[in-house]
Amino acid sequence: MIYTLCIILFLLGLYGVLVKRNIIKIIISLAMMNNAVNLFLILLAYRSNGVAPILDPGMDPSILLETSVDPLPQALVLTSVVIGLGVTALMVALAIRLYHAYGTFDITKIRKLKG
Amino acid sequence: MMVEIAIFFLLIFMIIGMLFVLEIENLLSAVVMMGAIGFGLSVIFLLLGAPDLAIVQIAVEVISVVILIRATIHRDIKERADESLSNISSIPLLVCIFFFFLMIYPALRLLPTFGEPVFLNFYSSSVYYLRDGFHLTGAPNIVSAIILDFRAYDTLGEAIVLFTSVIGALSILRYRNRKKEHNAS
Repeated sequence: MIYTLCIILFLLGLYGVLVKRNIIKIIISLAMMNNAVNLFLILLAYRSNGVAPILDPGMDPSILLETSVDPLPQALVLTSVVIGLGVTALMVALAIRLYHAYGTFDITKIRKLKG
Repeated sequence: MMVEIAIFFLLIFMIIGMLFVLEIENLLSAVVMMGAIGFGLSVIFLLLGAPDLAIVQIAVEVISVVILIRATIHRDIKERADESLSNISSIPLLVCIFFFFLMIYPALRLLPTFGEPVFLNFYSSSVYYLRDGFHLTGAPNIVSAIILDFRAYDTLGEAIVLFTSVIGALSILRYRNRKKEHNAS
């Protein structure tokens, strides 16, 4: 059920990328697709009643193997989140330049090569 | 079970927020709603036992909302109601969604039930990190032991990508100064 909701979030992002004309909305939709994929990986790593993979002082390290959630997808998604920020920043910079050149965010009006 | 219900309602909130983003006319409202969705995602990460990820998600969301507001604040553009690329009537859309879920239903059946981590069921690198991570690196936080010790080259690559995108964004936005120089000469 939760996986299905995650997939619906991804599909809403895909709908926005395919159908919307406004560049800002396309950028937001791409960021949402990124968020949905990250969330899906973290959902796969969850264990029922699991704790965060952090040791308290005086705790036996071997107890994490029975109680903790999976740390590897968290470490990889951490990278992915930061790279998503870089992609968003680059796309917004391009959108600002396009607005300066054409005076609109509408992708159907950005036709002529001028710049 | 409580965690599952909380995640369910937060995901419903995120989906409704995404619908608002897609249909609202004012661009600034859409950007602010995107920030709200990101904070909902951060709370979900916290509930799923990933506090590091929740902190990073909050920082990333704040920065991307600030950047997007910079892009939209002076524009004062309203999106018209008929601004979609083509008028998609609802019945073909519903048929498409129905067939999509019919197609991915076997894939959804193959997914493990929520709460059973697939990666921990057999001998995997996750088991190795959880069992030996503290002895080998001395870091009580296993996630930071992975990103800063076992997979430090991965983090180096992430930093390279981030700085490359920052350099790209700066060189794209630098245009105005270059134009001034051009006019002076």
